[in-house]
Amino acid sequence: MPKANKPSLRGVFLNGVFNENPTFRLVLGVCPTLASTTAALNGVGMGLAATFVLVGSNVVISLLRKFIPDKVRIPAFVVVICTFVTIVQMLMQAFLPPLYDALGIFIPLIVVNCIILARAEAFACKNGVLASGMDGLGMGLGFTLALTLIGSVRELIGSGSLFGMNLLGAAYEPMLLLVLAPGAFITFGLILGGINAITARSQKKKAAKGGASA
Amino acid sequence: MRLRLSTGPHLHATETTRSLMQDVLIALLPAAVAGIYLFGERAAVLLAVSVASAVLAEAAWQRLAGQPLQVRDLSAAVTGLLLGLNLPSSAPWWLAVVGSVFAIVVVKQLFGGIGHNFLNPALAARAVLLTSWPARMTTFFLPERLVEIGGASAAQFGDAVTSATPLAKGGTAIMDLLLGNVPGSIGEVCKVAILLGFAYLLVRGTIGFHIPVLFVGTVALMTWLLGGDPLVAVLSGGVLFGAVFMATDYTTNPMLARGQCVFAVGCGVIVTLIRQYGGYPEGVTYAILLMNVLTPLLDKWMKRRVYGEVKQHA
Repeated sequence: MPKANKPSLRGVFLNGVFNENPTFRLVLGVCPTLASTTAALNGVGMGLAATFVLVGSNVVISLLRKFIPDKVRIPAFVVVICTFVTIVQMLMQAFLPPLYDALGIFIPLIVVNCIILARAEAFACKNGVLASGMDGLGMGLGFTLALTLIGSVRELIGSGSLFGMNLLGAAYEPMLLLVLAPGAFITFGLILGGINAITARSQKKKAAKGGASA
Repeated sequence: MRLRLSTGPHLHATETTRSLMQDVLIALLPAAVAGIYLFGERAAVLLAVSVASAVLAEAAWQRLAGQPLQVRDLSAAVTGLLLGLNLPSSAPWWLAVVGSVFAIVVVKQLFGGIGHNFLNPALAARAVLLTSWPARMTTFFLPERLVEIGGASAAQFGDAVTSATPLAKGGTAIMDLLLGNVPGSIGEVCKVAILLGFAYLLVRGTIGFHIPVLFVGTVALMTWLLGGDPLVAVLSGGVLFGAVFMATDYTTNPMLARGQCVFAVGCGVIVTLIRQYGGYPEGVTYAILLMNVLTPLLDKWMKRRVYGEVKQHA
């Protein structure tokens, strides 16, 4: 499969983590983002679970991409994704019961996480196994990073702790709103806005530099 | 000679944002003074902190965002004062600061500044504080001093320093409710002072009478229909304060009078429903916020038909 400019594996990986970060750039998978970031650890858990599913489904779908008929590709993708989600769910229930309880319904719901179907559709069914695995890893870690960031902010302000460690002392009165649903929307929106503002500023600088040198 | 060209109409209005906000501040003055008289210097400190932090937050945001400084239009001061008057006198100073900063930065400036917020900033901040620190926001001190006119007394409250909320208790004398001899938020307790402010706003033409009157009227009617005492329902809690100062915020209620009427009735219905059937003892904050959210829809629904426009059949 010769391509004009095949992206490097490193490029594919970094693309998932930064340029096309699924949470902050593509704004996909908002439901688990809002629901599972009440604490930093929950965010990490959800992120890593989704990463495992992403890598697994991307690799398998990439392997099968020549055998899956185009018309039934979506059901076929979903079957593959379901398999990996079931594996994650059972592993978590067996070895990490507290996290399993904390994430609850959102573990089986990884099946309908649009990031995973989007990568299957947009990347894995058109690219090689190695690149697809790398894409899954990049996207998954990007998702994990984003969830951890949102979870840390919400846990720090909403419960005064970080990864379960009390940081702000007994005198701090936690702002309950942040661990409730509205807090999820507000935190997500503020971080998203902040990142957009920073990117816009740096792009403007780049454009100004480019204009000056040209 | 220079000719000045502009599109009509060429009427000059003397009102500015500053003059309107000045009127609102003057109208809030009686309620603030009554609150400080009733609850002592704690209340004065809280009001000062909340106004100062609202103004500072607005100035700081506009400086950081590179926008022209507009704090001189006094709108931030009004938001700060409204928030302060909505706090219980028991609140710590940092509660006022967090509330003011949230109101100005998140609710007002992030949505585009004055005229672009979809919620009343002071009320949204109050809702945030109520959700975040429920115990802090519902610990009401009994007034330190009582207004004693015509035999009004607060003896029925006994020695209780804190009370869940005035609405949770029955049998309060009407006179005490009118004068403010009840525990409650700083600005909401003295109804006479609120009515004084209402009269000033009406005389100055700053607000119309229909929103407050319909709001309060709906609460009275609904309470009566549901078997309660309409006078006590209207005079307790924050109905009067909310109806006069919060529901009449220009930005967050419908543009046309008929839309405003629906808005006011909706507020009254929701307040009564929350009071009678809801989990919260008081519902003025959420009632007005819910109707704020509905305002764009009401505007769309009640859009005035342009003369000559053919009614569209979908």
